[in-house]
Amino acid sequence: MSDGARTPVVGLEGVAKHYGRFAALQDVSLDIAPGEVIGLLGHNGAGKTTLMKLILGLSAPSSGRVRVFGLDPHGKQANTLRPRLGYLPESIAFYDALTGREVLDYFARLKGVDKREREALLERVGLAEAAGRRVKTYSKGMRQRLGLAQALLGRPELLLLDEPTVGLDPMATRDFYATIDELRSEGHTVILSSHILPGIEHHITRAVILGRGRLLVQGPLESLWRSAGLSFKVRVQGQWQDESWLDTLPAPIEGLRRINGSRLEFAVHHEDKLAVVRALLARPEVQDLELAPPGLEALYVHFDRTVSDVPGGES
Amino acid sequence: MNAVLTVAWKEFRDGLRNRWVLAITLVFALLALGLSYFGAAASGSVGFTSLGTTIVSLASLAVFLIPLIALLLAYDSIVGEEERGTLLLLLTYPLGRVQLLAGKFLGHGAILGVSTLVGFGAAAVLIAFAAGDAAGTGLLPAFAYFILSATLLGWVFIALAYLISVCVSEKSRAAGLALLVWFFFVLVYDLGLLGTLVATGGGVGRDVFPYLLLLNPTDVFRLANLAGFEPARSYSGLMALARGHALQPAALTGILMLWVIVPLTLAAWRFRRREL
Repeated sequence: MSDGARTPVVGLEGVAKHYGRFAALQDVSLDIAPGEVIGLLGHNGAGKTTLMKLILGLSAPSSGRVRVFGLDPHGKQANTLRPRLGYLPESIAFYDALTGREVLDYFARLKGVDKREREALLERVGLAEAAGRRVKTYSKGMRQRLGLAQALLGRPELLLLDEPTVGLDPMATRDFYATIDELRSEGHTVILSSHILPGIEHHITRAVILGRGRLLVQGPLESLWRSAGLSFKVRVQGQWQDESWLDTLPAPIEGLRRINGSRLEFAVHHEDKLAVVRALLARPEVQDLELAPPGLEALYVHFDRTVSDVPGGES
Repeated sequence: MNAVLTVAWKEFRDGLRNRWVLAITLVFALLALGLSYFGAAASGSVGFTSLGTTIVSLASLAVFLIPLIALLLAYDSIVGEEERGTLLLLLTYPLGRVQLLAGKFLGHGAILGVSTLVGFGAAAVLIAFAAGDAAGTGLLPAFAYFILSATLLGWVFIALAYLISVCVSEKSRAAGLALLVWFFFVLVYDLGLLGTLVATGGGVGRDVFPYLLLLNPTDVFRLANLAGFEPARSYSGLMALARGHALQPAALTGILMLWVIVPLTLAAWRFRRREL
């Protein structure tokens, strides 16, 4: 817990969830402060959805303690908690026979939200024009936007979005993340799960990486990259006679690859990244450069190994 | 309560939207008109005949049709929402599981109730006009009781459908089970009873027999509608056995209500304990 001054939005203490003999989650402890945007990362089956279900109170933990706004989401107070939560499940189909407006109307009534807000939400997610059409005719992106509108009903303080960008085209994904940024600036707390890292990294304040039901590591992505000592890929394009200028760079480079006469690719450590970029910008040879952060896979492999090395860490 | 009504209204509107209400109403109305008009065809004439004959033929057809319609209407109510992903979502709303089930029951119950009332009711009014005195003065009360018991029969099978729907995790399995339940109550159960009776030469269970019939809601419905009419006695076969026992229409209605309440309670209990 940070310093006890503010109740965390979500507090998990040693949480485990078993389905029969299968351990979907083991010993997960996590505090989420108001206003954070958490990227819940991990492969399929890592326990992301199970964790969300526990936070939503859809199931009770096998052991440990789950608190949301200081209350037990699976307990008697659940109904006072629920209007404060918004949830977008993974791959939701809604009701094909109803129109977008009717679907949102149904959920709005259940949450006690009035018509004006419902219309404003349709507008916000860009479905105002399609609202009179049946959901059956909606594209995947439109369904997802309807799902987001549904999650935003009643301006919930905590939003849980399960794999919200799966199956969305790049434009729709970009719009989606733009909405997430807006929500963050409005002070919502957001938990966003994903099995891929690219695209999500600029929109989250903290990453929580799950693997095989365990919390592998958590923290701002920057610090994860640093502590993992993972390297960034640098791609350089320009005009040069020879590559001797590479030796003038202030830090060692690894894995140099010549793509063609005017393109190079190499890796630098996270802590050297800025110094190398500055030096590259100062070189007249360099006309263009591109930086690629390590992917989830690299982080995952690194931290998964770290965890497995702990005695008894392997199940 | 508000949440329950919201769910109920949504289910009912779904029923209107996908033409369930219209289809059931039409089927019931045509069935009632057709049977009352051609009901006497076997005796060599057409035209509206006696009330007893009409109700008896209607009841014997409705006893097949209504359970099937109710099961089809409701078998996927929970497991279908689960497959669509909306069950998980609904339960994160300020809506309890029992409330969700209650809302669905009100909605589906209304679909079946309205269709039965309008379908058979319209037919009854038409028959009353067309047949005049031939139908006799007992027509409307008899039809009212028929409609009431038919609605209850439908609700019984909606409740059974929910029980199926909360117990399985796949829609296709729910559909299969629904058909099995229909088959069992509508055909197998009576056949089994008759078989037992014949095999034992009537020696076994003469006394318990009427009570065994009460363990099958379709038989309760038959008893309620057939036993009450003089002409029915000759048609009713199995039902004749129950004659003479003190099973008044009101008591039979009560038993049908029990048949609604018990599966519904079981479904609610099972649903509450279900891991999502």
